Amino acid sequence: MDTLIAQLQRQFRDYTISLYHQGFLDDQFTELKKLQDECSPDFVAEVVTLFFEDCEKLISNMARALDQTGNVDFKLVGSSVHQLKGSSSSVGAKRVKGLCITLKECCDTQNYEGCVRCLQQVDIEYKTLKAKLQDLFNLEQQIVQAGGRIPQVDI
Amino acid sequence: MARDGGVSCLRRSEMMSVGGIGGIESAPLDLDEVHVLAVDDSLVDRIVIERLLRITSCKVTAVDSGWRALEFLGLDNEKASAEFDRLKVDLIITDYCMPGMTGYELLKKIKESSNFREVPVVIMSSENVLTRIDRCLEEGAQDFLLKPVKLADVKRLRSHLTKDVKLSNGNKRKLPEDSNSVNSSLPPPSPPLTISPESSPPLTVSTESSDSSPPLSPVEIFSTSPLSSPIDDEDDDVLTSSSEESPIRRQKMRSPGLD
Repeated sequence: MDTLIAQLQRQFRDYTISLYHQGFLDDQFTELKKLQDECSPDFVAEVVTLFFEDCEKLISNMARALDQTGNVDFKLVGSSVHQLKGSSSSVGAKRVKGLCITLKECCDTQNYEGCVRCLQQVDIEYKTLKAKLQDLFNLEQQIVQAGGRIPQVDI
Repeated sequence: MARDGGVSCLRRSEMMSVGGIGGIESAPLDLDEVHVLAVDDSLVDRIVIERLLRITSCKVTAVDSGWRALEFLGLDNEKASAEFDRLKVDLIITDYCMPGMTGYELLKKIKESSNFREVPVVIMSSENVLTRIDRCLEEGAQDFLLKPVKLADVKRLRSHLTKDVKLSNGNKRKLPEDSNSVNSSLPPPSPPLTISPESSPPLTVSTESSDSSPPLSPVEIFSTSPLSSPIDDEDDDVLTSSSEESPIRRQKMRSPGLD
């Protein structure tokens, strides 16, 4: 019979693997984990928190720009999505990054409908990732609280 | 995690007054630590690069724009820098695409300055555009890193820096290899150049042998290097990064770099 710790560790491992396999995360997220240690035990959580704040702000900027019907500043949208693409790339948010690329293309061709649709998807996607990572961090916390250690997951 | 820009620069005059010793040959303990100036307008990227550098034993000052970088280096005004306290900056690593002043423009300004032109400058970019890379390397950039930057990239840069025996006005010192020690001995006033060849060099290194020649000839340790990462096809759009005014300025800067 599995101990609680073993169960939690297995859940954590499975969940982590699924996030990579479903394309939510890529190897840059793995790189971030390498930067976490006893001196910086919450580094990943802190960085992704900043990333999600970035998402919120930049998406809001873009939505506002797209709202100016007849006078949309596509350059501003393009600049915002460039920034968002950059930070999503830096944290390994693979799906968000992919959508940013699509959004950038819509922006470059001044495809208003495409931009609006894409932006909505970016919004959904970052919120989905945020919830999933929150679940992952919660699992980590449960493991630690149960007295176990967080397993290293090789993707 | 340092969100305040982590100003950890060492001004030579401050070091001397603290140590109570005069003369340029007295080297306070911290001179052997590698100090990197990181420039990136993205907060997320700044935090990551700062961590990457710290974990490889560098002291880091992170700023959010080219202008802040010039301000930090004392290059933001026209007055002669003869009496300017020499900052100890061993490496400048900057993003290419930044509003206001691009990394390329910053690179040019650094290379135009007498105090800092010998400091290696590394450019980071998410776009793998060969013309951009060439332009930067031609302008004197030591390396070009494709974002997202990985630990291996920074370790490679770091390993070059520990062997850097470049002598220039503001940066006289000889570093032991990979040393974190703060108790290293003081270097002599004019240290002879010794260059230890890299054991497994990822890049070709051009070196000059110097045995009895005067120690003040600069030595190129870095060479122009190939890309650090394989070609990323999905990122080959060319982003215009001219110095025209940026439509976006981040409203909230949590890590303004310098106050």
